[in-house]
Amino acid sequence: MHADPKGVLTGVHFLDGDHACCEGTLAAGARFAAGYPITPSTEVVERFAWRIPTVGGIFIQMEDELAASIAIQGAVWGGAKAFTVTSGPGFSLMMEHIGYAAITETPCVFIDVQRGGPSTGLPTLPAQADMMQARWGSHGDYSIIALCPNSPQECFDLTVTGFNLAEEFRVPVMMMLDECVGHMTEKVIIPESDQIAITPRRYTHQSPEEFRLFKPREDLVPDMVKAGDGYKFHVTGLTHDEHGYPSMNVETQDKLVRRMQDKLKPFTNGRALFEGVDLDDAEVVVVSYGITSRVAQRATQMARAQGVRAGIFRLISAWPFPEQHIRELAGRVKAFVVPELNMGQMVHEVERHAAGRAKTISVPHAGGTVHKPEVILQAILEAAR
Amino acid sequence: MAKGQVAITVERCKGCGFCVEFCPTHVLALSSAFNSKGYHPPHVVAGEKCSGCDLCGMYCPDFAIFGARNAR
Amino acid sequence: MSEAILDVPLNATNPVEPFLRMDRMPHIWCPACGIGTTVNCFARALESSKLNLNKVAIVSGIGCTGRVAGYANLDSFHTTHGRAIPFATGLKLSNPELQVVVYSGDGDLFAIGGNHFIHAARRNMDIKVICVNNLTYAMTGGQTGPATPTEVISATSPYGVFEPSFNLVQLAEAAGASYVARWTTYHVKQLSRAMEEVLHRKGFCFIEVLSPCPTLYQRRNKMGDGLDAMKFYKQVSKVRNGAPTGECALTRAGEIVVGKFVDRERPDYLELLQHQMKETLGNRYADPEITTCSEG
Repeated sequence: MHADPKGVLTGVHFLDGDHACCEGTLAAGARFAAGYPITPSTEVVERFAWRIPTVGGIFIQMEDELAASIAIQGAVWGGAKAFTVTSGPGFSLMMEHIGYAAITETPCVFIDVQRGGPSTGLPTLPAQADMMQARWGSHGDYSIIALCPNSPQECFDLTVTGFNLAEEFRVPVMMMLDECVGHMTEKVIIPESDQIAITPRRYTHQSPEEFRLFKPREDLVPDMVKAGDGYKFHVTGLTHDEHGYPSMNVETQDKLVRRMQDKLKPFTNGRALFEGVDLDDAEVVVVSYGITSRVAQRATQMARAQGVRAGIFRLISAWPFPEQHIRELAGRVKAFVVPELNMGQMVHEVERHAAGRAKTISVPHAGGTVHKPEVILQAILEAAR
Repeated sequence: MAKGQVAITVERCKGCGFCVEFCPTHVLALSSAFNSKGYHPPHVVAGEKCSGCDLCGMYCPDFAIFGARNAR
Repeated sequence: MSEAILDVPLNATNPVEPFLRMDRMPHIWCPACGIGTTVNCFARALESSKLNLNKVAIVSGIGCTGRVAGYANLDSFHTTHGRAIPFATGLKLSNPELQVVVYSGDGDLFAIGGNHFIHAARRNMDIKVICVNNLTYAMTGGQTGPATPTEVISATSPYGVFEPSFNLVQLAEAAGASYVARWTTYHVKQLSRAMEEVLHRKGFCFIEVLSPCPTLYQRRNKMGDGLDAMKFYKQVSKVRNGAPTGECALTRAGEIVVGKFVDRERPDYLELLQHQMKETLGNRYADPEITTCSEG
């Protein structure tokens, strides 16, 4: 299926990441958004508020992020593609509802334009310190998909991808931007709507009598439904059976929790989104994502110029973590260098999967600005020794 | 013949007594019998007074009783 | 399993059954809990409203009353604690054809959910809120809630509540609700009629229903059982339609003012939105066709 032209601003634009992200939501078919102002993310919904009345949809600024994060889910069950946008403090408030989206298998998108933290932190400055929170922030066992754009163009493209993955896997998707990528202005090419592939919601074709909202297909993902079509279905955050009825026992819990995890397995390694540069002969691999990957690119070039065989493994889908790729690289490289705008988050995943077969060196940064390329270069050179 | 009758699903009853208390014509009383959960369900003690108004049905928190008007 | 012990009209089924998920009976509520009575009234209201039940959705929060969504034979949503109203907001705005009913308890709607309540009322969001007020957090063991009257003993106020409590109908009116009423589980006919009335009414409608919690509230306060509570409601309730909500506060054992207090016409959220957009954008305004955006 292709994008609805009403939402596609075809052309060559000069946009910042937040604005490009908004255009991505519209191209993906989002016609409902709920949000709450928080720097540096607010422009995404400000643009949506400006655009959506002429595209055909609704934006509502809710009274807080708790409301926004569940209003979008109400909208999804009413039949909409919906998303919300926030930054650190709001992301924290949304955690309960991310868990609710996970257990109810509600396809929706949460956009986090990361800023310095913790708490109020650095509202106008970049960080990448919500990465672990994106995966583990809500209580209980659940899985999500998280994507990391590193340019305004990717803010557009990956947002469309994010919506598509949400529909395919009936899962909440986290778009992990950062203040730099969100506020940098670059060329963004938005193609014709028939060039944009959209995954439609997998509405059931079964009758209300046969249909079970939480009975999976072969790919472990159940079909969807929307209110008003006579299915008289039930959605609950309690552990539930295939009917969706509360079934609070050990057996049902085991079945449900495992399936929610297993359904993302096809995406985890085989379809992981990443960019590999100069990996074939690499002795040191820089694993990075988001804005840091732009700096890492420079540092890697500088390393190559000095004769070090450095390569880049850029995480685009950070969660589920593409462990197989790291394991494979660990078998043939000397070291991983992991620069992040945090005190070390994704590096733990790299180290865990490298399993000691390659060194893993963290290049942390408390946030507020990006690494200098020389800092990352230094780490690469040391790793190569 | 009474204007109405009640139907009681004994196994659903939890013996709360609402229907007995609020029947306007005092058709019901809690019986001394037990259902399988150990509650005393109501039984009809003045069936000829039943108007089939279904107030008992409206009060019942367990959907265990309802009244219906007899066909004329 | 229907086992009648007397001769009954042939083929008689409880008229309420089509509105309930009978495959999930018996429900979890205690003996003499009033929630089932309110559900009974709601089922009758659904029937007499003649609404297409495919287009009625019910949204609950967490708590004993929150379990209502699971038992109603409608598109139903058991959401998170306090957040039924914002969920209902999203549901309604994406699919305005739906009549969206929020059915939840006093703690869920007014403590953790308080902020959402006042904003939805302010916006006159077209949702119907039924608050079963048993004056406590029943599901978790009978703790103090914002509606628990002063001097009541509760699990978290073992020496008696000393905080002032909310007057829910006054709060609803002040926040902007179009329709505000209070009944008790004794007033089954009036309650059912009020529920039917709001099902046909636009705007933010609020019905508070006082209901007994015999296991916790009644027992801890030595107020007898559920039947004693019902008799108490009958004894101390006064129907005063149109009474100023400020005069309708509840106390531990005092008068309960019931009736319809507020019934005013106000444009609802979607009407306001469309009006504003049409005025500023003219024919550039595209009517929201939200439910089609997800289809293939």
